[in-house]
Amino acid sequence: MKGNEAIAEAAIQAGCRHYFGYPITPQTEVAAYMAKRMPKIGGCFLQAESEIAAINMVYGVASAGKRVMTSSSSPGISLKGEGISYMAGANLPALVVNVQRGGPGLGGIQPSQSDYNQATRGGAHGDFHLLVLAPASVQEMADLTMLGFDLADKYRMTAMILADGTMGQMMEPVEIHPREIPECDKSWALTGTKMQRERNIINSLSMDPYDLERMNLERYERYAAVERDEVRYESYRMDDAEICVVAFGIAARVAKNAINEARKQGVKVGLIRPITLWPFPKAPLKAAAETCKSFITVELNMGQMVDDVRLATECKRPIITCNRTGGVIPSAAEVYNAIMNAQKGGQAE
Amino acid sequence: MTHSYLIAGFGGQGLLFAGKFLVYKGMLEGKEVSWLPSYGPAMRGGTANCSVIVSDEPVGSPIVDHPDVLMVMNLPSLDKYEDAVVPGGTIFVDSTLIERKVKRTDVNVYYVPATKLAAESGMTTLANMILTGKIMQALGEYDQAHVDDALHHVVSAKHPEMFDFNQKALALGRDYQE
Repeated sequence: MKGNEAIAEAAIQAGCRHYFGYPITPQTEVAAYMAKRMPKIGGCFLQAESEIAAINMVYGVASAGKRVMTSSSSPGISLKGEGISYMAGANLPALVVNVQRGGPGLGGIQPSQSDYNQATRGGAHGDFHLLVLAPASVQEMADLTMLGFDLADKYRMTAMILADGTMGQMMEPVEIHPREIPECDKSWALTGTKMQRERNIINSLSMDPYDLERMNLERYERYAAVERDEVRYESYRMDDAEICVVAFGIAARVAKNAINEARKQGVKVGLIRPITLWPFPKAPLKAAAETCKSFITVELNMGQMVDDVRLATECKRPIITCNRTGGVIPSAAEVYNAIMNAQKGGQAE
Repeated sequence: MTHSYLIAGFGGQGLLFAGKFLVYKGMLEGKEVSWLPSYGPAMRGGTANCSVIVSDEPVGSPIVDHPDVLMVMNLPSLDKYEDAVVPGGTIFVDSTLIERKVKRTDVNVYYVPATKLAAESGMTTLANMILTGKIMQALGEYDQAHVDDALHHVVSAKHPEMFDFNQKALALGRDYQE
């Protein structure tokens, strides 16, 4: 199964019955799969007239307390930014999938991670975060989609799958099982009062600054809980590592090959792979800064996550960056060279 | 044991399909597998390729920079990827479509006139599978039960007759001797 298809099937198994989207390479298989499956299971697939329409449809279904998702690729996500911010203001849970391609602008269609900053800083105006999950295999495309729905409901916030063209297009074996959906209080949802209760209001507009401040403070209390309880990462060959590679998604897969080659040469190198990009795994990186002499970041962008690594490690250790941009993927050889450079105590070229 | 395949040629030659077949066969044999296509504005007549990894170990990067098995069905692909093959690797050439010989001397080479064989046996669209049959035979991995099993997964249920054609094409490649 392709990564994009795994996301779609996992969403269905997670109870999502509403999908709104607009086609864009390299994520179109998500929509194509939904178009095929949703009518058969009593769900709703709708190809909207634009990305902006699609995200506002997501807002509508989320307001009714139902699991809902949309998917797109980089330029399309920018178009959805307004709606994503409105959903944050209205505290609405939903899942947004970004199968990234090279940017800026219309950019290209090859794999990229250049929306890291956009995703981890909310991606639009206002004080808010998205819960950002970065899969590195087709299995994780499915697993993190399911998790994304659960966490979105739990914290009443939008979760984002931040994948890339490689993850979307590649096939790997994957197991997706129906599962129980955790109980979640959605008494806030617009389900009709039936004259039995006070009306609920879903809105992102608040003209009283003190009221708006109170709402933002409450939202950040939930964010604090997310940062405390929901950090996820993979630690690979880090036990005795003197060099720590940090990479997520496809970059982490490439890095693993390079690490295994370098290990054969006796270089003590390991990998910390953030699975949640927000919340960022600060604690393990801080700990690694105590035991490792240097860091290497591998990204499919000009160097965005590296800033979070600098913050997490409090700039205690030198960081070598190994980046390719515009849709180019760093090769295992390039990462290997960066590792050897770090071993010699060198700096980035 | 790990095989990294790079399968390259023109769009429409069934390269992605051949890769899909190999990856399903690997999966059904209990191996770790990945399949990554080139994607984009490539269409029939343009260039296309896919990376396939079949391994006893978990697959790291799904990107094949240096294949140990290269299957090429057009000249631009041979020109582009010949030097990328690891020393001791194997190149499978559709010699109907590629007139030149492989320049490398540190790799094994099989020349199979797959497109001609396919045309002669009335299966013009299955040169891809003739080459794939030769690959499996040369690597000592032609196991009929797994071959059939994998074919059932990749051949559309809407076209059951294609199962037999694919099976025949694979056998044709397997039995071809230069």
